[in-house]
Amino acid sequence: MAHETYHDPSNVTNPEHADHHIVSPLQYCMVFGTLLLGTAITVLAAYKDMGWLNPVIALGIASFKAVVVILFFMHVKYQSKLIKMTVAAGFFTFIVLITMTLSDYMSRAWGMW
Amino acid sequence: MIASTNPAMHPHTHEAVDHAEHEHVALPQHRHHFETEEQQREAGSFGMWLFLLTEIMFFGGMFFAYLLYRNWYYPAFTVASNQLNVPEGAINTVILITSGFFMALGVWAAEVRKKGLLVIMLILTTVFGLAFLGVKADEYHEKYELHHIPGASFSTAMFTNPAAFGLKEEPLAPDMAQHTEIFFFLYFAMTGMHALHMIIGIVILFWLTWRAHRGEFSSGYVAPIENFGLYWHFVDIVWLFLFPLLYLINRHPLS
Repeated sequence: MAHETYHDPSNVTNPEHADHHIVSPLQYCMVFGTLLLGTAITVLAAYKDMGWLNPVIALGIASFKAVVVILFFMHVKYQSKLIKMTVAAGFFTFIVLITMTLSDYMSRAWGMW
Repeated sequence: MIASTNPAMHPHTHEAVDHAEHEHVALPQHRHHFETEEQQREAGSFGMWLFLLTEIMFFGGMFFAYLLYRNWYYPAFTVASNQLNVPEGAINTVILITSGFFMALGVWAAEVRKKGLLVIMLILTTVFGLAFLGVKADEYHEKYELHHIPGASFSTAMFTNPAAFGLKEEPLAPDMAQHTEIFFFLYFAMTGMHALHMIIGIVILFWLTWRAHRGEFSSGYVAPIENFGLYWHFVDIVWLFLFPLLYLINRHPLS
């Protein structure tokens, strides 16, 4: 069947980007509350001595807040797969760069300065 | 033939597309090389995100430098970090989150075509952005008074002899104390670049507010507001990482 292999070059006959979602003010308020709560927790946690867990918790909360901002304030949750893939690819590439560079430093003279 | 009854098999031109399933939008901002308004919108978001990915790499380089130097000169980085003003940093985090919240509401106001509300939200976004810069300026001034700005007037006295300044920190050897200057260099480089992004954003906000006031974004055309929102939230996210990394994670150094 010829139409099964038909490639729709400009994504018109079956557009997957067609749905346009408007995030409601109530959702924004909930995100705002979550971010304020996260800020309060991260500041309070910083004054508690938890050894090596301190930076881990601080970065964990920061990452959580960043994901909430990206998904709701930046609407990525309601975007097409193309946009989701683009955003994910960016962060993935960044993590790859950090990991590769760190492994280079750590395998040379780590701890000998 | 099957092909002639299948709309997908027609040569894809404007004339051939079935207008019932593919309605052309008559908005003046709809460019003719986009088939639908949604396609135009997605292309815009896609382009904006590509720009933001280059920004991730740009700030990422500085975050990586911080990660590495903090491991190399750990004692210097912890005591230097403890001289940052945590209450002001925390207040600034709240101010910036609030600014981002009003920006998000601004995007909503543009989507539902409420012109007056959009202008108010953009103004509130600007006001909180300026408040952030004001607090930041106060922090920079504090660093100036303490001789903690890298350069000719930088002083390690507070780190080699903390008791003389009423601090309970362990004194550092002079060579390690020298490395506190790297901490402050990275502090100014990272927060300075972040502040520059905010200054650029505020200039664009003035322009957008003026255009919103003229009613340009309250008849279905929200792309500039939406894409600027992406930029503003990205700048927020950078600060969400700068605040814990620079101010918070060094308060209980491992011995």
